[in-house]
Amino acid sequence: MIELAPFLKQLITLPGLSGYETPACEVIVDAWRPLVDELSVSRLGSLHGLKRGQGKEPHHRILLSAHMDAIGLMVTTIVDGLLRITDVGGVDQRILPGQLVTVHGRRDLPAVVVQPPDRLLPPDQNGKPVKLEHLLVDTGLLPDEVVQLVRPGDLVSFASAPLDLAGGVLAGHSLDDRAAVAAVTLCLQELQHVRHSWDVWAVASTQEEETIGGALTSPFTIRPDMAVAIDVTFAKGPGSTDYRTFALDSGPTIGWGPNVHPALHKAFKELAQKLDMPHHMEVMPEVSGTDAMGIQMVAEGIPCVVIGIPLRYMHTPVEVVSLRDIARAGHLLTDFIANLEPDFVEKIRWDEPPNCESE
Amino acid sequence: MNVKNEILSGTPVIGAEQLALLERLSNACGVSGDEGEVRAIVMEQVKPCVDEVKVDALGNLLAIRKARVEHPVHVMLAAHMDEVGLLLINYEENGLYSFATVGGIDVRSLVGKPVLVGKDHVPGVIGAKPIHLTEEGETDRKIPLDALRIDVGPGKNGKVKVGDWVCFATRFAQVGPSLRGKALDNRLGVATLIELVKHAPDQIELQAAFTVQEEVGLRGARVAAYSLNPDLAFAVDSTPAFDLPTWDGTENEQYNTHLGAGPAIYIADGHTLSDPRLVRYLAEVGDSLGIPYQFRQPGGGGTDAGAIHLRRAGIPSVSVSIPSRYPHTGVQLARLVDWQNTLALLHAALAGMTSKILIR
Repeated sequence: MIELAPFLKQLITLPGLSGYETPACEVIVDAWRPLVDELSVSRLGSLHGLKRGQGKEPHHRILLSAHMDAIGLMVTTIVDGLLRITDVGGVDQRILPGQLVTVHGRRDLPAVVVQPPDRLLPPDQNGKPVKLEHLLVDTGLLPDEVVQLVRPGDLVSFASAPLDLAGGVLAGHSLDDRAAVAAVTLCLQELQHVRHSWDVWAVASTQEEETIGGALTSPFTIRPDMAVAIDVTFAKGPGSTDYRTFALDSGPTIGWGPNVHPALHKAFKELAQKLDMPHHMEVMPEVSGTDAMGIQMVAEGIPCVVIGIPLRYMHTPVEVVSLRDIARAGHLLTDFIANLEPDFVEKIRWDEPPNCESE
Repeated sequence: MNVKNEILSGTPVIGAEQLALLERLSNACGVSGDEGEVRAIVMEQVKPCVDEVKVDALGNLLAIRKARVEHPVHVMLAAHMDEVGLLLINYEENGLYSFATVGGIDVRSLVGKPVLVGKDHVPGVIGAKPIHLTEEGETDRKIPLDALRIDVGPGKNGKVKVGDWVCFATRFAQVGPSLRGKALDNRLGVATLIELVKHAPDQIELQAAFTVQEEVGLRGARVAAYSLNPDLAFAVDSTPAFDLPTWDGTENEQYNTHLGAGPAIYIADGHTLSDPRLVRYLAEVGDSLGIPYQFRQPGGGGTDAGAIHLRRAGIPSVSVSIPSRYPHTGVQLARLVDWQNTLALLHAALAGMTSKILIR
């Protein structure tokens, strides 16, 4: 039995930057092994777990995709024993000064990102956010030792510990998108006690933050009839209040836009209503910024939907998420899968496109 | 045994016990005006080995270790207990508080940090707008203080309220040759002064002032110096080491101090012209005993010496600081060897102290 909070804390204590997801993958393998019939790793490192459906074969296939890669930093050069860095995934340079990090050199080195004082920076930059290329990483070691242990290209991951905040809320780094990995894991666990006719392919995908590489390739092997991308979305918070944001702990979002098949949106919306689960329509006017961007275009095309989990301060080491929202998202997936009839794929048609009714 | 070896053999050594105490001091929260948690640790440590101890009207802890001779020199040593931090000023909703800074904090260092709120050290975070929602050019503009919030989570939390002090959540760690933690400015000085009290020489009256409110204007030291009325004073503090590469690779001529180069003796800062007799004496002690030291580059800034040296009819004063990188941020970095050498220099200076050093 996997408990959400400890499992997720373990997941976000690990590195696993885009392209280098193995540390996170190993923990997910351990969690999924008893829950699925087959486990495999794709050529680009994504983890595929197959839980077979019951009933007459061949089964239709649903793919659940949650990316396991995380944003972080990478060493570009070493100067006087201090490291200069660039980012992996999108990192706002303003959140970096003072962050505790781990430099993955020849061994893991605890370190801190620092901003040099203005007196050592270009005079026209005084008082402004220090540019990424001017920030330094200090391992506390002497220069001779640093050059022995660190090389350009070494990864630097965030090292801040998970924090329990009031109200069943967790703060930490890499909750984007390990929170969704946890939701998929909860779903797999619930499916142990549920009859379902479709095969379920759970995917912990790679490289979402850089190339969407996992989402662009795993579906080619799996060839699902439909796919659900589960990702975090923007929670309302300081500086974040517009239509793209949703209150923390107010239920999952269901995407609506070019990346989302309207019939899938409608099915999820009706299910959430039936379950009396709080939820929101998340308008995604162009691309969704999730694995659905990739999955949708694989092979001859795959119908997708996006389920979002509201999260504050995305792409900082103090991301904040409600554990209840993660459980809700997992449960919504379970119930959707349990209710998938063998002929559901026939309903995903464009000849009678359902309208998106306003809420 | 010659004199040099005799003095050095009495130098307190920084071992596991001293490091464990520094860890407690660094992890304790003691923002200016709220130094009680640090003061309790100091009291526990110094009370058994001093002759008098009191807490004055502002919260300074003043401890006297009397001389065991007649007509001793009265030497004040001041180390400030307070650290820079934050103060909750308004509750909004969903666990969000606006806050003010206490002491010289660069707002650029606050974004994306975990913090501890109030006496119960309730965890919170200072978040930032997701980079995805920023406008073109926005990440090149500073996030102003009034756009930041401390988030303690949306649930009921009876332990957090407006008026609570807030400190960085960084936990102390020893990393290779370095010490890493919050508030090393000036818990390193506090830990040093505790050791000096525990190993006080007999021929002087050691007046230890663990001061408050240094970071908001050297306020505690001002009244402490009046009360103690010493013959001379040392401020034991932490000073910035800006010994980092410059952005364009030119020589860094504004390093202030270097890590690893020993205690930093002040000659002049923004508040004080150090007493030249004390500067000379410290340098002579260092030279004669082979204890490395450096002169802090003259410049701005200030220590408790700035408030002490102009009290009463004037008190000859000097500052001796342990260099540390990234002062007034959530994570500071110092070298163990600098701490040891600072303790050695000050201990030797006190052990050899006579009134003769004030003769010009």
